[in-house]
Amino acid sequence: MLVFLIKRLVLLIPVFVVVSVIIFMIIHLVPGDPIDNIVQIGSSPEQKAELVAKYGLDRPLLVQYAIWFGKTLGGDLGEAIILRQPVSALIAQNLPHSLILGSLALAFSTIVGIAAGALAAIFKDSWIDRTVMTVILLGSTVPSFWLGLLMILLFAVQLGWFPVSGARTWSALALPVLTIGLGGVALVARVTRVAMMDIARRDFVMMLHAKGVPGWRIQLQHVLRHAMLPVVTILSLRIGWILGGAVTIEYVFARPGLGSLLITSLNQRDYPVVQGCLLMLAIAVMLGTLLGDLVQAAMDPRVRERST
Amino acid sequence: MVSAATLRNILLTPRGGLSALVLATVIAAAVFAPFVAPYAYDIQSLRNANLDPSWSNWMGTDEFGRDLFSRIIYGARTSLTVAITAISISVAVGMSLGAAAGYFGGAFDKAVTAVVDLTWSFPEILIALMLIAIIGPGLNSTMIAIAIAYLAQFTRLTRAQIMSLKNETYVEATANLGAGHAHIIFRHLLPNALTPVIVAGMLATGDAIILEATLGFFGLGAQPPTPSWGAMMSSGTAQIFIAPWIIIFPGLAIAVTVIAINLFGDAVIEALDIRNRLRDV
Repeated sequence: MLVFLIKRLVLLIPVFVVVSVIIFMIIHLVPGDPIDNIVQIGSSPEQKAELVAKYGLDRPLLVQYAIWFGKTLGGDLGEAIILRQPVSALIAQNLPHSLILGSLALAFSTIVGIAAGALAAIFKDSWIDRTVMTVILLGSTVPSFWLGLLMILLFAVQLGWFPVSGARTWSALALPVLTIGLGGVALVARVTRVAMMDIARRDFVMMLHAKGVPGWRIQLQHVLRHAMLPVVTILSLRIGWILGGAVTIEYVFARPGLGSLLITSLNQRDYPVVQGCLLMLAIAVMLGTLLGDLVQAAMDPRVRERST
Repeated sequence: MVSAATLRNILLTPRGGLSALVLATVIAAAVFAPFVAPYAYDIQSLRNANLDPSWSNWMGTDEFGRDLFSRIIYGARTSLTVAITAISISVAVGMSLGAAAGYFGGAFDKAVTAVVDLTWSFPEILIALMLIAIIGPGLNSTMIAIAIAYLAQFTRLTRAQIMSLKNETYVEATANLGAGHAHIIFRHLLPNALTPVIVAGMLATGDAIILEATLGFFGLGAQPPTPSWGAMMSSGTAQIFIAPWIIIFPGLAIAVTVIAINLFGDAVIEALDIRNRLRDV
């Protein structure tokens, strides 16, 4: 298992380097001279040259990248142009909000998704199955930000049960988690349902029935247990997708977080913040995927052996 | 690839027929927008701002007094054009890359697979935001961002199809008869790999509509006064207490369109019995 972990970590290094190159290039590929985005209108050529030297823009690109990469590894992500704070400080303020939202949404998707998928598979073709399937269809096709807005309209504006936006209280988490969760629930429930129906047809299940094991025990102890493998696989593949949902939903609910910070900065062209947020989100996706792989490997020895 | 008989079978099922009807309506509304829309999409009238839905304004008006129904019809144009163009580019490039990688193998295949795997774990929205950060906001950027965000999916799918087809006996026989690589790829492999890729492309168009709306909602897609379903909802958030219909109807338009695309796609998959070939991608 340790060997597996180390191998996976090593595999992440080239990915991280490529992603960091792309993010580094943002400031050079945006239309216009990067320095024009930083200087104030009416600055003298001397002031401009001073800034060019300060940001090291007069050096070769590779050197600039090396310096930027070194600083980034040391936690120095530069200074926000509009918010006038170190980018690392901004990220430190916003990251906990995103982490809480992302992990709660992931937990909600997993637990409710598995339960809903299992119920649908056990009571196949009943009204329970049809209800779950409808929720799955809606969850995977309705745009999440619209769903979020509808939830605000119904529960916050009309009924007044939850705050409209912000993150001051715990109850402000309920609607965002539900909104991101529905998409995740749809995904997990679909996979659970199909996997359980597939496994219920296997010979060993037939054998259990023949031995007289009660139906509910077969479903819960054997079928559901075997169905967990594809569920974990899809979760490990799509963990970043749930985190991506958090980016959108933070903005809808005007919650602080990396996603809101990223979108606001993109609209204000505050590129150092954009770079910092994208880097953190990319790292979050990579670590999330790694976590998924590890859970999968812990559950299935074949996964461990395949990669060694 | 789809015979007239298969098409009739799809359209005769309640699911296939109904979703096809909805899709045809949306497409017709987009194409004939100037004839269908009761008002122009950009005529402002502040005196009529935030009006409730009524007989003269079926879906009410927005904060500038523009007719919401007309804007939604014109918005269908924006959404469908962006989504269909982006996915077509993505399918074309992805098929070429996937076919070449799957057929020739070797270092090229390794390189393509490495890039595809790299982008695979990243959510489309994050890839799109990364690209928008580089090329700047706007409708063209949105199109490019969506095309690149979905590229991995079609490359992967085509590659898998080609890999499983290229060892078939008939391909071997054709090669032994002296057929060149181009002949084998274009006459024998791609036609057989086409169906699943087209169906996947159709389903991805639904996702692309949502992605376009999301970027529009963030203010990074269509710029005013171009009507776009996502951007309309974004301006509606400020009026959520007084004119909730500005949020409700554009979202409903997206949801209905995307659900119809998904149901129709499902009907096609079932009619052609290709669910297995779309697995694992």
